[in-house]
Parts: sequence; structure tokens; C-alpha cells
Amino acid sequence: MKRLILALLIVLASPVFAEEAKPVGGDPAIEQRMDNLTQNLRCLVCQNESLAASHADLAEDLRKDIRKQMKMGKTDKQVVQYLTDRYGDFVLYKPPLRSYTILLWFGPALFLLLGMGIWYFTLRKRRSIQAGDQASAEAMKQAADLLERND
Amino acid sequence: MKRWIPLIVFVALAGFFYVGLHRDPHAVPSPFIGKPAPAFNLPVVGQPGKTFSPAENLGKVWLLNVWAPWCVSCRQEHPELMRLARSGAVPIYGLNWKDKDREAAGLLTAIGNPYVEVADDLSGQAGIDWGVTGTPETYVIDKKGIIRMKQIGIITDKVWQTKFVPLLRELNQ
Repeated sequence: MKRLILALLIVLASPVFAEEAKPVGGDPAIEQRMDNLTQNLRCLVCQNESLAASHADLAEDLRKDIRKQMKMGKTDKQVVQYLTDRYGDFVLYKPPLRSYTILLWFGPALFLLLGMGIWYFTLRKRRSIQAGDQASAEAMKQAADLLERND
Repeated sequence: MKRWIPLIVFVALAGFFYVGLHRDPHAVPSPFIGKPAPAFNLPVVGQPGKTFSPAENLGKVWLLNVWAPWCVSCRQEHPELMRLARSGAVPIYGLNWKDKDREAAGLLTAIGNPYVEVADDLSGQAGIDWGVTGTPETYVIDKKGIIRMKQIGIITDKVWQTKFVPLLRELNQ
């Protein structure tokens, strides 16, 4: 009996998989595409949120707009163009390479080069100090004599 | 020299942070500057049957103030707009953005109406086409229908004097 109850409990305790509610009636393929696209777009109202995550009124309107355009058969690129035409590159989380974003794109590499340069020169300086510190042959001989005498 | 480097780095960083503190992150540069004002044709608030379209204003310099009855900052901006309307400096048109509760007409009667006409953008689509990110926002449109400036946030007297007055003077020449 005990065993039976235990077996029953184990069956009952099997994990339940929950999922976030999906909007009803939407075309799942378009919803998926929209979700992927809006993950990488910035909400203009709460700027640290993506367009996918934001609950701002404007974000909801824009998602509605994007959905409509995708249903009309626009490509992702065209949809992004629609948004950048209105809000500028600012909506893109991944900024395009422009003359004014060069520092943004290559700044890290620049700092890496700078750091490597500093590293190289520091090491070289340290090596030359060590080399300069090396005792002369005469001094070494003197030291060896002293050590032998102590023996 | 070498021991001054940390201080120099610190001062440079502090300088960046100080400037950053006083910049409005919502003041996103608009891609519309220098481009033609996007078209719309919307009903006018309080005048049934009448519509407004930006093309009607070709040949004059005008402002489009995006606002909404539910917007608190717009209420804060309202006295300044009233003052500007009375001075007759420039015609101000309104875009009533997403006024779902249909309050604009009543509110303007109650607190005063600085606008020549207010276009009623219930769906918010005109706002999206103009790249509106929030209210209030004010666009300066020149005689050829080109957007010349966008002010994000409240027009204060200081903003008016420093940003609008010189531009309007130039555009009205």
C-alpha cells in the first residue's frame, strides 16, 4: 500500500512545463520573426529595454506596425529601414559602421594596441635594468673568493 | 610627469561624466532634419468635418507641437505656448497624439487654446511617421515644408530664446 501511494505521488509530482502566454490568433512564423527582430531594436521610451520587452505604449504600437508590415510581405531589412527612417540609427542596438561610429567600432582594438605598446615598452625597460644590474666578471670572482674562504 | 598621469585620466573622465550628467538621453537626433515633413490628413479637434494636412502650410514657417491631454509635461509647457501664441511670433499647430479618452477639445476650452488648429492623431500613426518618441515634441517647419528642427521636451523661455528665436529669424528672412 505504502509503495503504491509513493508511486502515485511520484507520478503526480512529475514536472509541469509552463510557457509564457502566446498571443492568440497570431501567425506563429511572423510572431517568431518579429520577436527575433525586435530583440535587437531599442525601445524609444525606455531606452534600456528592447522593443520586444518593452510595455511602453509606443513600443506596442511599433510592434503592431512591424507585424502589419511583415504580413504585407516586407523583409526584415525593409522593416528595419522603416524604423531607422523615423527614429534614426538610435533604434539599432548594433550600430552600423559610419564615419561617426568608427571610434565605437575600433576603439577597443585601439586600446588593445595601446595596452600592448605600453606592455612591450615596460618589459623592454625592465630587461635593460636587469641587464645593467648584472655584476661584472671581477665582482663575481671577488664574490666567489669570499664564499670559498668561508668554507 | 609620470605621476600626474592618473590625475589627468581622472580629470578627463570626470569631465566626460559631468557633461553626460547634463545631457538628456531622450534628445535623440532626428533623421528628419532637412527632410520634407511627412504627410498626413487628419480631422481637426473641435471642428467636425474639417481636416488638416501639413501641405496646407506650404509658404509659411510654422510649428507642429505634439502633445496629449494625458501628458503632464505638456500641461507644464502650456503657459509658454499660450504666451507665444499671443505674441504672434509663429503659428503653432498641434498634433493631439493618441488621445483615447477624447479629452482634447474640452481641455483646450477649459485652459486656453494656443493652437491655430489641432490635428487629431488617435491611432498614433502620424506620430510614428514623424518619429515621435514622446510628448511634448515640437517641430519647426520652413516655407518649403522642410523640417528644420525638433525640440524634444518642454519649450521653456530659455529654450525658446536660444533655439527657436535665431532659427525663426533666419527662416523668416
